[in-house]
Amino acid sequence: MLKADNVSCVRGERRLITALSFTVERGRLLAVTGANGSGKTSLLRMLCGLLPAEQGRILWDGEDVRACRERYLASLIYIGHLNSLKEDLTPVENVTISARLAGEAVSEEKTCEALEEVGLSRAIHRLPTRVLSQGQKRRVSLARLWVSQRLLWILDEPFAALDAASTGLLMQQLRAHLSHGGIVIAATHQEIDAGADRLDQLRLAG
Amino acid sequence: MNQFGMFAALRDIIRRDLLLALRRRSDVLTTVLFFILVGSLFPLGVGPEPAVLRTIAPGVLWVAALLSCLLSLGRLFTADYADGVLEQMLLIPQPLSLLVIGKVMAHWLISGLPVVLLSPLLGLQFGLTGEALGVLTLSLLLGTPTLSFIGAIGAALTLGVRGSSVLIALLVLPLFIPVLIFGAGAVSSSASGIGAGAHLSLLGAGLLLAFALAPWATATSLRIALE
Repeated sequence: MLKADNVSCVRGERRLITALSFTVERGRLLAVTGANGSGKTSLLRMLCGLLPAEQGRILWDGEDVRACRERYLASLIYIGHLNSLKEDLTPVENVTISARLAGEAVSEEKTCEALEEVGLSRAIHRLPTRVLSQGQKRRVSLARLWVSQRLLWILDEPFAALDAASTGLLMQQLRAHLSHGGIVIAATHQEIDAGADRLDQLRLAG
Repeated sequence: MNQFGMFAALRDIIRRDLLLALRRRSDVLTTVLFFILVGSLFPLGVGPEPAVLRTIAPGVLWVAALLSCLLSLGRLFTADYADGVLEQMLLIPQPLSLLVIGKVMAHWLISGLPVVLLSPLLGLQFGLTGEALGVLTLSLLLGTPTLSFIGAIGAALTLGVRGSSVLIALLVLPLFIPVLIFGAGAVSSSASGIGAGAHLSLLGAGLLLAFALAPWATATSLRIALE
């Protein structure tokens, strides 16, 4: 269970989030919406610990994430609006290396299967990532969700640059993760079809 | 903390950076070629007088090594910062200082080690004796990793800043000076028959100090840069 307890965030001179509290239980998806600049990305970065909260606490299973940093990070996967890919590595290398660095034992074969599941054929698995389109790069980035065993997924605009087919595949993967007791927090402008019983909404006013 | 996990993360980050260097050989070659060119042009410019060449050799070769290290420092974190990989590094459930050590070790293997290996060859152009060549290599072996560790602090502090390459030079060059003095001093002392033991010991101490403090300082700077 992830809980934000009275958190506030200030960027420069601007107060983005004031005394925000919410809880996300296992098996539920929190869709964070709001206009551009309303603080969606800042909130997600704060939840990951990339940005310190001006006040308040983030709790993971009842414990402050600052006190259980290693355990919390070992449960978390964050996909930001940048794809976090190395242009000179192949999609297989990108996914495998980043998963291994994060402490997840992933074989190249498993990565290939994941890339196929996100709709990338084997023909492009060994090409440098720089030759792929933006949509294909986004799919490579999202393939980490297919190889990961992490419980908490924090996703910043996961549907950006995806076509309808890829969006459908990702929705399917999100539902599968939720049905296995996972937690998803996603900042998005798109409606998420996770099932009404699994979906919570948080609208940031900015 | 899982020590196997720490070791695996260290190994994986070094392996990834070496793989990237292998894919972008031009970046590596630029640094090495710079060292070779500076080291080769000086004897041509100064003239063929052996005594003069032997006198200037330690300083010239050490300055060339120092500047070639500086040349490659800008790339240490910039690409990772721009493509979001650095952000992911901060989310790895291992100490960030450990990952910094991995990055610095990879940087040294890519830009420092070739300089160390090439230095005896360049030293020959300056007419250095066998013993002086050995001391030159050993001093660079101890000094260049120190330069990488110190340089990493400057690279992290200037991350995302416009004109960061100039700023890195301004920040780290004063800190490079002791390494330069003891490194070049080791070779000069050896050439004049005094013995290089004291200088090499100080270089070793400097390396240990940099190894102990620089990763922590770099990790803190990286966290600040990403906030």
